[in-house]
Amino acid sequence: MEFLLTLLGATLRIATPILYGALGEMIVERAGILNLGIEGTMLLSAFGGFVAAQLSGSIYLGLLIAVAIGVLLSLLMGFLSITLGLNQHVSGLGITLFASGLALFLFRIIYGGESIPPALEESFPQLRIFGGTSLEPVFSQYVFTYAAFLLVPLLAWLLYRTSFGLRLRSVGENPEAADTAGISVFRTRYVALLMGGALMGLGGAFLSLAQLGAFTHGIINGRGWVAIAIVIFGNWRPWRVLAGALLFGGLQALQLRLQAEGVQLPYEIFLMLPYVMTIVAIAITGRNASYPAALLKPYRREG
Amino acid sequence: MNIVEMRGITKRFGTLVANDKVDIDLGRGEIHALLGENGAGKSTLMKILYGLYQPDEVTITIEGRTQPIRSPAEAIERGVGFVSQHFSLVPTFTVAENILLGYEQQFRLDPAQMHTRVAQLATDNGFNIDPSAIVGKLSVGQQQRVEILKAIFRDCRVLILDEPTAVLTPRDTQSLFEILLKLCAQGLAVIIITHKLEEALQHSQRVTVLRHGKVVGSQETSSTTSAELARLMVGRQTTPVQRPANANASEPVVLEVSGLSVADKRGVHALNAVNFQVRAGEIVGIAGVAGNGQSELVSVLTGMLQPQRGAMRVDGQAVAFGDPRACTRHKIGRIPEDRLRGVIGDLSVADNLMIEQLDQFTIVGHLQPHAILEHAQRLINDFQIKAAPNDPVRTLSGGNIQKVILARTLAQDPAVVIAAQPTRGVDIGATEYVHQKLLEQKQRGAAILLISEDLDEILLLSDRILVMYNGRLVGEFDAAAVDLDRLSLLMTGAEKTG
Ligand SMILES: Nc1ncnc2c1ncn2[C@@H]1O[C@H](COP(=O)(O)OP(=O)(O)OP(=O)(O)O)[C@@H](O)[C@H]1O
Ligand SMILES: [Mg+2]
Repeated sequence: MEFLLTLLGATLRIATPILYGALGEMIVERAGILNLGIEGTMLLSAFGGFVAAQLSGSIYLGLLIAVAIGVLLSLLMGFLSITLGLNQHVSGLGITLFASGLALFLFRIIYGGESIPPALEESFPQLRIFGGTSLEPVFSQYVFTYAAFLLVPLLAWLLYRTSFGLRLRSVGENPEAADTAGISVFRTRYVALLMGGALMGLGGAFLSLAQLGAFTHGIINGRGWVAIAIVIFGNWRPWRVLAGALLFGGLQALQLRLQAEGVQLPYEIFLMLPYVMTIVAIAITGRNASYPAALLKPYRREG
Repeated sequence: MNIVEMRGITKRFGTLVANDKVDIDLGRGEIHALLGENGAGKSTLMKILYGLYQPDEVTITIEGRTQPIRSPAEAIERGVGFVSQHFSLVPTFTVAENILLGYEQQFRLDPAQMHTRVAQLATDNGFNIDPSAIVGKLSVGQQQRVEILKAIFRDCRVLILDEPTAVLTPRDTQSLFEILLKLCAQGLAVIIITHKLEEALQHSQRVTVLRHGKVVGSQETSSTTSAELARLMVGRQTTPVQRPANANASEPVVLEVSGLSVADKRGVHALNAVNFQVRAGEIVGIAGVAGNGQSELVSVLTGMLQPQRGAMRVDGQAVAFGDPRACTRHKIGRIPEDRLRGVIGDLSVADNLMIEQLDQFTIVGHLQPHAILEHAQRLINDFQIKAAPNDPVRTLSGGNIQKVILARTLAQDPAVVIAAQPTRGVDIGATEYVHQKLLEQKQRGAAILLISEDLDEILLLSDRILVMYNGRLVGEFDAAAVDLDRLSLLMTGAEKTG
């Protein structure tokens, strides 16, 4: 029992940054834009937030900077893919390369060649809710985690129960129809991108300012790409995206646990497990995926 | 007083003049038919009125206010509604969401209230529609009604309909005009683009004819005839083709289909034990109201859909299902239902013309540009396609795209021709031409299956008529002796005989 509760606690923790990334990506894709800049955005946010927190001594300022970086990189994505109407794959990958390179470059400048990764003196603490009870291992989480789980119903409400959500989805499904309904495709897509960027920034900040309280280059380690896969797995629906993030988190927690238990297998097998399972899950569910119809299509009025 | 006055509209695409100093007036409460050949500039003119295209020279006056229209939003604001052939609906949304999109009033959506609001709007205007239905699952006719309702909801006083009946069943067409009549009685003005002269004559008060971007006639409908309109459109007298003598029953059977069944995931039969034969030199017409299995039949015969049961033979040889290449091997020529799916829009006319015979135009994988160009030039001449070999196909007008498909298919001397809705959205001149080409193939000895929702076309061309209802062939007629009453009854399923 205790084993399971600890495992669940680890699952929630591991799922958190993925969930931020996936929810952010989901919103953006629902408006018709694939943001492949997510991996680089999360990395630069993690880095920028960390540096700001270290220099200023305030983790809150760090958080703000991380979110701001997410928003700024999304603005750049918007400029390339919406304003200029460039190919979204190229724009997104370009942003990931740019942001990753910039993080590495600035790291070298600020920290030189230190071999021990720099760490924060003070990072976000864990919030124990059921302290002392047997549920404690599950509910000893960072505030980020609780917030991420609250975001799911909030986004579901926003997407399906508000005029904003209706407009956002219409822009991703049939921008022409939205345009003739007097909805600005341009503005709606920008808003979606910025919201998504803020969430990606939060995902990065969670890693460097809370969970690790430190920064390394491998801090994101493909989580952005996994988030994109989970959006497909989740069929662009908040609750199913949550399920996907939990599935991935659970497998990751399990493999860590099995490694720690000393099961006699090459450790690479364990590392592979969550990714292999993600591919399998997508292969199964992806066949019925209902992509936003206008995904990847820049919108231009004809004539 | 006129509600809309357009003066001196000129629109160029590069060197092409799509509209040349066009004047057109629309009166309150009138149905105004806009006619013209494919590429005459009808859609362009209407897109200008709706703010989708910006004309080079223009004066547009709506309800006495003269002011350019720079965007659809401005057009809507001035009371103009537009229902194009490609609906601008969000297929994954409900009817209510589609209609209220952009006009939700509140940040928080209340589905129940949205539904009552749309239901009210529908009943007020005599529409029968379920506000909670998902639009993508509705029939074409119903989707069109959603579009019209959407325009009315936005307080439209001028409604533009671009070829609204091209995709409608006769029954839907009738109810469309009933609705329009009611709306016009309340003061709505309607501009309707159509290729069907009968419709224009029956339902409109005024007709305007465009040719090569110019107005060549505008008059009261009551003072004109279909022969005059046709002459104005084409610039010459038109004569419908004459059907040659019926096929000889002793000719060999070329196409044989037996026991064809297609069921969807829920086990509902789209096709149910369909059997028929087509002889050499015979045209067999499949009549029926849209949605009774014709699309599925065409998909199966053209290798795009795998049936659960059944067999298909050409000249006695079994044809594998679900393999479009088998069609090429067995010389089955295909004229697909949706012409935009039959061509690759971004490729040139020349490439589209040879794409089914790539082997003949390549040497160890290398394209032979000279041979391709020559081939294209020959077909463009033979089939009078109004385009250059290097034009991307998507820039052609509907009728010319159809000619490209026709040329590609018929130039291969097919043994079998599957012609699905070959003249949908095609003007009279080109329709006549398509008919003539199909009859030439018949003379040559091809076995032709003609699937069309246009009963007149079926009656005009077929030797034998089969009626399709609910996935089954429910009746057969010799074209020389058709009992029209019985045929219509069979089409609507009112009479159930084998
Ligand atoms: N966006 C565009 N770019 C270039 N040429 C165009 C464009 N739209 C239309 N054209 C050309 O303008 C001419 C008029 O086209 P339009 O669509 O108005 O014809 P139409 O009368 O509606 O024909 P149809 O009956 O086939 O629909 C055609 O020659 C067409 O190729
Ligand atoms: Mg047109």
